[in-house]
Amino acid sequence: MEIFGVPIQAFLGQLLLGLVNGSFYAVLSLGLAVIFGLLNIINFSHGALYMMGAYIAFLALDLLGLGFWWSLLLAPLIVGGFGMIIERLLMRWIHKLDHLYGLLLTFGLALIIEGVYRYFFGVSGQPYPVPDALRGATNLGFMILPNYRGFVVAASLVICLGTWYVIERTRLGAYLRAGTENPLLLQAFGVNVPLMVTLTYGFGVGLAAIGGVLAAPVIQINPLMGSNIIIVVFAVVVIGGMGSILGSIVTGLGLGVIEGLAKVYYPEASATVVFVIMAIVLLVRPAGLFGKER
Amino acid sequence: MNKTRIGFALLLVLGLIAPYTGAYPIFLMKALCFALFACAFNLLLGFTGLLSFGHAAFFGTAGYALGYSVKAWGFAPEFGILFAVAVSSLLGWAIGSLAIRRQGIYFAMITLALAQMVYFICLQAKFTGAEDGLQGVPRGNLFGIIDLGSDIAMYYLVFAIFMIGFLLIYRTVHSPFGQVLKAIRENEARALSLGYDVDKHKLLAFVISAGLAGLAGATKTLVLGFETLTDVNWPQSGEVVLMTLIGGIGTIFGPVVGGFFVVTLENELADKVGSWVQVIMGAIFVICVLAFRRGIVGELTALFNRRKDAGAE
Repeated sequence: MEIFGVPIQAFLGQLLLGLVNGSFYAVLSLGLAVIFGLLNIINFSHGALYMMGAYIAFLALDLLGLGFWWSLLLAPLIVGGFGMIIERLLMRWIHKLDHLYGLLLTFGLALIIEGVYRYFFGVSGQPYPVPDALRGATNLGFMILPNYRGFVVAASLVICLGTWYVIERTRLGAYLRAGTENPLLLQAFGVNVPLMVTLTYGFGVGLAAIGGVLAAPVIQINPLMGSNIIIVVFAVVVIGGMGSILGSIVTGLGLGVIEGLAKVYYPEASATVVFVIMAIVLLVRPAGLFGKER
Repeated sequence: MNKTRIGFALLLVLGLIAPYTGAYPIFLMKALCFALFACAFNLLLGFTGLLSFGHAAFFGTAGYALGYSVKAWGFAPEFGILFAVAVSSLLGWAIGSLAIRRQGIYFAMITLALAQMVYFICLQAKFTGAEDGLQGVPRGNLFGIIDLGSDIAMYYLVFAIFMIGFLLIYRTVHSPFGQVLKAIRENEARALSLGYDVDKHKLLAFVISAGLAGLAGATKTLVLGFETLTDVNWPQSGEVVLMTLIGGIGTIFGPVVGGFFVVTLENELADKVGSWVQVIMGAIFVICVLAFRRGIVGELTALFNRRKDAGAE
């Protein structure tokens, strides 16, 4: 069976790969949106922290013999802690300035982190094994599903929807939304807003670290993986707008799928298709698909 | 504006005698190109308040346009440069008209993403030589008579180009058009309500900036004789932000100082610390943003003004 001249197996395989990539876009753009909401900073170091997550998984296995599941727990804690220290030490000082300075500061941080990893690991990739429990593949009848890839998509969906639930349906989330609207007023009600800002940043970059650990078995871990993905994620954020959490999930997954399809039908365009879509969205709907007109 | 005059005179004298001070001419020319690149970038960030994170696209594309037109079509250097500036201005118009549809932080992200698209096109296209880059671009004869093979002749051409670009930016900033740009930087909504076509002004500033960035990129390729993907890639866009930030955002001479500073630093550090250069650049970024936002020239001006105020009392 073929779809537009492409064997269905290859088609579904690329579609799945697109969904996997899209899951990373979704997790990363969600973290960016949460951070932007409260801190008014576009976190350029998000990609570098995602890369850190992947390396923590690699080092945990290599040096300590701790497997994938431990890394999935440890990486967000370590990276989140690291992020909170950065927030306390550096970002706090520019909170009141134009948010362009936030972009520049986090860009500098990204350069530092990436440079350090390049020094220790070079630019060649490191392989990371798929965890034992998720090896092999399941025959779904119409396609063979590699278990790990299915797991990545499912796990990302759980993470994203969990985040959505916490923010939209819990008391903590209500504080967060209130802080996004009007931090001063929230502080007047006795909420410790500076602490909340720090925790939010830690949470956002923790999400990036989880993304990095999830990505470790499907890609080659290398120091440049962060900056490669963050620019695409920026485009995803421009396309989807940062106003809605469900919007960033849908946009992330959708663009991953489109990228996967481009690999099947017109491989030359697969690297640029997201940017082309961004250009079209800017022409047709400048505020982004899910963004509010300001 | 006595200070500015002194600055100009100093720049002119320094530029004219520089090749005889024993400085390595290729280094001087490279630094001048980057200084012009930073000045072009500063026209947007410093005077219009737009942070473009994709200026490498114009710098690099112009480099390729010059290299290809001179090497494959046999263009004379002056036509090669004109062609490259036309190409980068056109690209600036295309990217600019998309990017100005959003403000602030989104503007930066859009320019970054579109520039990355240009990078991928350069990576895949035939005319750029992809990973190998465009090698062996001849300098040729300027106007058919001046042999640019000599570094001294080439240096004075680069210096002339730099001064033309620099004066053009100075003129733009101090024209009525430049005043509107500053109004947009300070308060876009008010500029709009006063009846200025904000989008048109922004776009024109973007195109001028892209064209001059292209002028710098084309000149650099002519000097070095090759062009590679480094010039179109995002770290280059970051570097020009850093040059402007160090020198002083929104100052006339700041980007020149910043350009020389960063090129010198890279030259000095490259052999000694290897891949730590990136870490050092990142650290300078962080320090500048946290403690040194006015940049070298901005801080000096502030110091000078404080002195003057103290003397007047």
